[in-house]
Amino acid sequence: MAALITQAPILIIAIPLVAAFLTPLIGMASKKARNALVIVSLVFVAFLVFALARDVVINGIHVYTLGATSPGQTIPTGFMVPVRIILEIDAMSAFFSIIWSIVSLAAAIYSLSHIANETGQTRFYTLLLLMVTGGFGMMFTGDLFNLFVFLEIASISGGALIAFRTRFGDTQEGGFKYIVVSAIAGLMVLFATGILYGQYNSLNIAILAQAIQYTTLDQIALALLLIAFAMKTGMVPLHLWFPDAYSVAPASITGMLVITSHACMYAAFRVCFTLYGAVIDAPVVGWILIAFGLLTMFIGVTMAVFQKDVMRFMSYHAISQLGYMWLGVGVGLAVLGNPGLLATYGRDAMSGGIFHILNHAMYKPLLFFTGGALFHLTGTRDLAKMGGLAHKMKWTTILYIIGTLSISGIPPLNGFSSKILIYESVYQFNPIFTVIGIIVSILTLASFTKAFHSAFMGAELPEYKGVKGVPRSMIVGMVILAAGIIFITLFPAQIVNWILHPAADALIDRGAYINAVTGVIP
Amino acid sequence: MEHMPLNFPFLAAALLAAVSFYIMIFKKNLIKLIMGIAMMSSAVNLFLVALGYRAGGNAPIYTDVPEGPMVLPVPQALTLTSIVINVAVLALMLTMVMQIYRHTGSLDSEKSRKLKG
Repeated sequence: MAALITQAPILIIAIPLVAAFLTPLIGMASKKARNALVIVSLVFVAFLVFALARDVVINGIHVYTLGATSPGQTIPTGFMVPVRIILEIDAMSAFFSIIWSIVSLAAAIYSLSHIANETGQTRFYTLLLLMVTGGFGMMFTGDLFNLFVFLEIASISGGALIAFRTRFGDTQEGGFKYIVVSAIAGLMVLFATGILYGQYNSLNIAILAQAIQYTTLDQIALALLLIAFAMKTGMVPLHLWFPDAYSVAPASITGMLVITSHACMYAAFRVCFTLYGAVIDAPVVGWILIAFGLLTMFIGVTMAVFQKDVMRFMSYHAISQLGYMWLGVGVGLAVLGNPGLLATYGRDAMSGGIFHILNHAMYKPLLFFTGGALFHLTGTRDLAKMGGLAHKMKWTTILYIIGTLSISGIPPLNGFSSKILIYESVYQFNPIFTVIGIIVSILTLASFTKAFHSAFMGAELPEYKGVKGVPRSMIVGMVILAAGIIFITLFPAQIVNWILHPAADALIDRGAYINAVTGVIP
Repeated sequence: MEHMPLNFPFLAAALLAAVSFYIMIFKKNLIKLIMGIAMMSSAVNLFLVALGYRAGGNAPIYTDVPEGPMVLPVPQALTLTSIVINVAVLALMLTMVMQIYRHTGSLDSEKSRKLKG
């Protein structure tokens, strides 16, 4: 078991990668074996992620050096700097990888029947597993260039999956927009990597973080990295591609795309707090994140109110919810240089923002999955054409209600626990932000109630009399996420203590991240 | 080589990037948009290779190298990887444009656009 945990970082990346290329081979023999391979590999990866995360929280940062005689030997004998590829997992990476493992598993199970009538299913699962690889790679890598490579792996497979249903024209358009945005973002990251390499002769994040000076070139690199990752997360005003891409993808992929945007958010946090942590002009960058976060919250929700397309409506809400996370973490960043304020409310604001990522990662894919179930049954995404569907889809209705209550922050559901943490801590920073947050939350509830009414309530419509219910594997996929919501609802304090405070501390304590590579005992 | 100003390649990269941004923002044709992205990737690749160049340097092959400075091998490795990735991205974009044309009969980003609002 100990050996397994030592090797876990590379296994978590390698298993989906190997499974991705085994899928077409086994798919030629039997469809059932192929599906079993996908599910079993993802379950095993989820198990490894949980074991690794537990170990990281108890024993501290894990380092894995590729090609070294022992994984902990980051600097080869006779060298002064790390020359090998290093994976570095601290509590923050572990936190994001837990989310990614749960959602990708739920999405794969959901896909089993959601894409059952499509052609090219084997390729779908290959791409899905590649996307899982890319996501884990982004969360685990300790290296700026590998961050770019894994970002591109996740983007290329994500773009191909959005455009997977080629019989619709709009999927091609959404996929094209996604891949264009990803290509531009990827090139910006690569350019910034080049700038940093040119100055400090290293690609390793820890070594760069130790040496960084905050020269003009460094500031350009910071701006490029932040714009690239903000664009990928769909922050207003770079959000225009976001609803187009998210609303046309198969619902399981939309759920996973939400988490890839969280992975980009992770990369942005890593850049702000770890890479530039010592030198960053924290109040300025923090205020920029806060301002754009508030704008994102407000514009996202006001655009959502008018939408008639169920997936598009949920995509705008996804944009709006991302604003809460930028707000929470932005407040933490703004007071990073002030230990007193950081202890009073900064750490709590960051924990709140990170907690909201966890909650959002559970309820937003769940809501997208229910939207996909509606599309699966009715063949339309137009809310005006739906009605009375609660008669046909009892489970989906219940799950939709859970998701709605959670996203609107109704006590006692999990969305409330994270929002109250953000509201309380941000209130001490600036009360107006809390007021805006509450208004956005009310608008969210209003629009979800409206959508609930037009899709599920009312008498059964004649055109949907003959349709079959929602297939079982789709229900199972949704129930996994709903179980996550209920678990967080029941044990919020434990979640905060076990996962969120270690994750927030990992962001604040950049010294530990650097020492894990350079080998200096603190 | 001694007389060539060393920042000349960087200026070329900046020029390429500026032209590609102009294309991406102002051109309506989707194929031209893809060309813009290809140019931007060339700009970044040129920047990376120029970064590792040392005046009068040799190719960094350790087994058979004459005396004198070597150019940095790492940016070249980065460039190779980046070229491979960009080939994949461009191929995927071109297939999608092909599909868009099949569905809408137009390559104009204003006319082939269905998703709005």
